[in-house]
Amino acid sequence: MSTATRRARARSGEGRTALAYLAPALLVLGALLAYPVYQLVVISFYDYGQEQVSGGAPLEFLGLGNYTTLFSGSRFWAVLAQTVGFAAVCVAGTLLAGAALAVLATRVRPWARTCLFLAALGAWATPAVAGSTVWLFLFDANLGLVNNVLGLDGFSWTYGKWTAFGLVAAEVVWCSFPFAMITLYAGIKAIPGEVLEAAALDGASTRRIATSVLLPLLRPVLAVVTIQSVIWDFKVFTQIYVMTNGGGIAGRNLTLNVYAYQQAFAASEYGLGAAIGVVTTLVLLAITVVYLRALRRSGEEL
Amino acid sequence: MRKRWLAGALPVVSLVVATACAPVQSGPAQSSGDETTGQVRVWLFDEVNRAPKEKVVADAVAEFQGKHPGVTVDVQYIQVATRAERFKAAFSDPASAPDVAEFGNTDLSGFVAAGGLADISNPALNWADVHDMLPAALDATKVDTKVYAIPWYIGVRALYFRTDVFTELGVQPPSTLDEIAPLARRIRAAHPDLLGISVGGKYTYGALPFVWGEGGEIATSLNGKFSAAIDSPQARAGVARYTELLRDDICPPAQCAGNGGDASVEAFRAGKAAMTIGGDFNRKSVEASSVKGKYAVVPLPGKAAGTIAPAFGGGNLLGLLAGTKHRTLAFEFVQLLAGKQYQRKMFDAMGNLPTYQGLQRELAESEPALQPFTATLASGARFVPNTPAWAKIDSQAVIPTMLQEIASGAKDVDTATKSAADAMNAAFGS
Repeated sequence: MSTATRRARARSGEGRTALAYLAPALLVLGALLAYPVYQLVVISFYDYGQEQVSGGAPLEFLGLGNYTTLFSGSRFWAVLAQTVGFAAVCVAGTLLAGAALAVLATRVRPWARTCLFLAALGAWATPAVAGSTVWLFLFDANLGLVNNVLGLDGFSWTYGKWTAFGLVAAEVVWCSFPFAMITLYAGIKAIPGEVLEAAALDGASTRRIATSVLLPLLRPVLAVVTIQSVIWDFKVFTQIYVMTNGGGIAGRNLTLNVYAYQQAFAASEYGLGAAIGVVTTLVLLAITVVYLRALRRSGEEL
Repeated sequence: MRKRWLAGALPVVSLVVATACAPVQSGPAQSSGDETTGQVRVWLFDEVNRAPKEKVVADAVAEFQGKHPGVTVDVQYIQVATRAERFKAAFSDPASAPDVAEFGNTDLSGFVAAGGLADISNPALNWADVHDMLPAALDATKVDTKVYAIPWYIGVRALYFRTDVFTELGVQPPSTLDEIAPLARRIRAAHPDLLGISVGGKYTYGALPFVWGEGGEIATSLNGKFSAAIDSPQARAGVARYTELLRDDICPPAQCAGNGGDASVEAFRAGKAAMTIGGDFNRKSVEASSVKGKYAVVPLPGKAAGTIAPAFGGGNLLGLLAGTKHRTLAFEFVQLLAGKQYQRKMFDAMGNLPTYQGLQRELAESEPALQPFTATLASGARFVPNTPAWAKIDSQAVIPTMLQEIASGAKDVDTATKSAADAMNAAFGS
């Protein structure tokens, strides 16, 4: 037996072993991720309503019918644009608040840091429905604390399109900044002290240290936080549903997820709903890929 | 390595494709058998104050079990808000479905289209008592002349007003639809802390009498094919009459546009409104509120003086699920619960208005407060289009969106009714 064949056999043996080790994870991924996504895509090609599910009517293959219905409605594009804008504001807000408080946490005394972390964990741990409801109470037109303090008695925050979006965005930032803050805090803490010390000895200003040392080192952590936030905020449902009472006056505060729920699942049009789900997934994949490529082009290996 | 991975993955992928090349469907529920013993399972709606209902139902169950040895009745109370999901699940999995269920009359056509309900035309039409029921209530149980349920109780709305405020200002309740807006405006001008009339942008059943009262229709049907009529001149006049109330000088949109029926009545209960449109089912809660003794109810007036605007004949039904294994027993239980004796008991316990005309007259005589509601019913209640598409139109919030678009100034009456009609036609067509 030549060395080459022995090596090849050894390698294939390695491959088999690797596959065996990976099998449980692959099975779980396949069952929990690939199969549902596959079903989602399949359902999106059918006229699949409650009648079809319970066997009261035959299945009808529509091909891309659900997608053409979706794309031909002007409402869908308006909601999509609204969702992108809303998510962008929420992501920016979350990152800014998270980063600012993470830096603050590294600068203050331990007791202040503990307070900050406890407050953040409180916001983080609050269930979305409870948090939204509490915010609604705070901003209630007649009885809310905010209106009492500001002297805006009777002003309805949830009526106007932009005030309603603003209020919901603030709530979303409030409940998602702790994740950004704690992750970035851990990231900053993981930067070796010598690096910063060396920069300071070289005479770099605080600003210079932040932009040329801290930020590049934090980039992988920032990437994770940003992608997480984009995905969360794009898919936001509870806050919009609860705070604007299912999408605001005449549906002017609808986001994609709530729209999908209202138009498709509440109306038992599962085929159409699946099509919206597929579009959402593709949009998120596209955003993530573009973002990762941009990061890689700027020289960062993830 | 790469190829081997593919070779390993291919069978898995092809297996997945082979087992699921189309979405799953459960077979049509087979009504299998007519057993005369065993357990009859019943789903009823949960209520805020359920104890009296539970007691009446327990009496009925005891009576039924006494008459049928070897039969037990299991009653479960399901949440009204999540009933759609519960019923969908029951239709998809007949084994977990009940034999008898309570549901709203607007749910019926969607349930029938899903193949979930049993056709009970035969036993129902042979039951003498059914013919004493209000015809409008019975019509709401039919799809294509087949009967799928028995009316259990009926709900109808009328105009609540504050007698103290009206006396103080020396005004009379409105006698035509057109008089409501000027009257409400006048009251709010005198009492800026009161809504002239508390209505809402999501209050479909408050708005429909205006449409019908002006001679309009939601939709018309020709040979079973529906087409939207909400953009007809008469319907537009009705929509305009109603949305005129959602203005700053009567019921400010910032406060009212998001309200449905419950929130509209709630403002009246809290003493913040001079009038509202409320149902007979709201009477108990208004009696228990701060305006007790300071209010009265009249039928909502129609276009001409002395007429009554057609009201939406809402109500709940009792039906048999398609997969029931106890057809006869289940129908007998429905007959007992929806019979005259137990409808009367349910009125005493919960205030639910019976569906029997004779019983209604009797109750209105003994309890004058019911008179505006029975008079409204007697002058003819109306119903939403009896098609499964209505469930879709309802969950897509077509009418609330239309009302809110007008109230918020986003669209005028003509444009908003046109887009509502388009949305309805899309639902009727599919």
